[in-house]
Amino acid sequence: MLERGVELAFDEDLANGDPANRYLPWIVALMVYLATLAVAGALVLGASAARWQSGQSDRLTIQVPPQIPPKQEAAADHWMAPVMDILRATPGIAAVRRLEREELAGLLEPWLGVGNVTAELPLPELIDVTVERGAKPDLEALKRRLEKVAPGVEIDDHGRWMNQLSAAARAAQALALALTVMIAGAATATVVVATRASLAVHRETIELLHLIGAQDGAVAHAFARRALGLGLRGGLIGLALAALTYLFLQQATAGLDAPLMPRLDLSLANLAVLAALPLASAAIAMVTARFTVLKALAKLP
Amino acid sequence: MVRFENVGMRYGDGPEVLRDISFVLDAGSFHFLTGPSGAGKSSLLKLLYLAHRPSRGLITLFDRDTATCARHELPALRRRIGVVFQDFRLLDHLNAFDNVALPLRIAGLAEDKIAAQVRELLEWVGLKEALEVSPATLSGGEKQRLAIARAVVARPKLLLADEPTGNLDPDLSLRLFRLFEELNKFGTTVLIATHSNELVEKFKHPALFLSQGRLVAKPKDALRAS
Repeated sequence: MLERGVELAFDEDLANGDPANRYLPWIVALMVYLATLAVAGALVLGASAARWQSGQSDRLTIQVPPQIPPKQEAAADHWMAPVMDILRATPGIAAVRRLEREELAGLLEPWLGVGNVTAELPLPELIDVTVERGAKPDLEALKRRLEKVAPGVEIDDHGRWMNQLSAAARAAQALALALTVMIAGAATATVVVATRASLAVHRETIELLHLIGAQDGAVAHAFARRALGLGLRGGLIGLALAALTYLFLQQATAGLDAPLMPRLDLSLANLAVLAALPLASAAIAMVTARFTVLKALAKLP
Repeated sequence: MVRFENVGMRYGDGPEVLRDISFVLDAGSFHFLTGPSGAGKSSLLKLLYLAHRPSRGLITLFDRDTATCARHELPALRRRIGVVFQDFRLLDHLNAFDNVALPLRIAGLAEDKIAAQVRELLEWVGLKEALEVSPATLSGGEKQRLAIARAVVARPKLLLADEPTGNLDPDLSLRLFRLFEELNKFGTTVLIATHSNELVEKFKHPALFLSQGRLVAKPKDALRAS
């Protein structure tokens, strides 16, 4: 009730006589917009990094260079057999599959054109190896053994570069989160400045309320309530703009055939995090306004 | 009710504007505070309505030493004091009714009781037709009456008025002083700062006389001498 009395004294004054009412929601909207995109980016990158890690860390590709002159398929089977035997005998390897020539041709067609991968074209042999979960085969030792039966053999450890890719994704994720923290800091500073400006505008009202017995908390509550409303309004505008941007990006990248590009899919949990950002902005505005007003009022006798 | 003991007051690092002020206002008393302009009347009232802290000395209000009061206890003390400010301090964004209702709302009174009390007071000060009017549109005298209504609406234990009749015609001044006296009869301690010798003479209440920041003894005699 005491707070209501103070709010009634402030309501119209805060609503109409305050420049903060005009610009604060838009500044908060901009900050929430940027924060939403940054957090969404962090979430997408985090999900992609996890997906890349789990999907590729258990796979190896063995590449055996083509023999010169090209040998017949049967002959290839002949000299590939020891390679396959070594791989199957290696501890930690769960499965080994040699890619068919048609599959190899399919991989090359995007570069060479359909029909240009002829039977005469020498192609390397590729072996898709599945590593047992948690196993860490000694790839250097494996390569030395394979070299003896197939000189020039290459072991392509997807995990190595996927790890680098994941590390890059996580670095970008950390950057996005740091950006979000900085945006929150900037939002806090903006609310402090806006509240101080508002205190200056309403100085007479505040002094009078103080002198006729209003508690500091009640005065601060009126400002905090106002800041909550403005912060929430700005936050929702920012979220709506970010949602439009997200939909636009999703539509623009829908047709891209880029397997390594992060998928712009957000889970329900992720959407809940993003939807909480306007609430967070409103809470920051409210708490900041309250403490700014209490600090200013503490200077009064 | 009110006790000042060797009170001094200064603004910032400036010189003392009040020096060695000592007096007692008994509960239910009625006093004038007089003296020439710049003598320190408004400063003394500021100490009384807790808008300023003394630079030295002891102030006791409602049997509480204000220097040892916790900050959160001061609003409750202030709610027992009604103040008519010299510059009115009305809020132009509120209408007359809401201006007068402000102390009652701050005190947490129910709206139905507030409405009755505010209407009664506005009628008494001759502003019953101005309930919805903004103070900005009122004349100086009307603003003063509105400020007085706001100061007394919560039936304060201590009523302080800084030149409350400065913009009023003699008839209305007398009516308002009668209101102050009526409140005083119901137990409100009243201190009115004025430089109107006529009013002081007419109402025969004891007067504190301030001169150059000091309280002068035998106030009425001193007033006449000035």
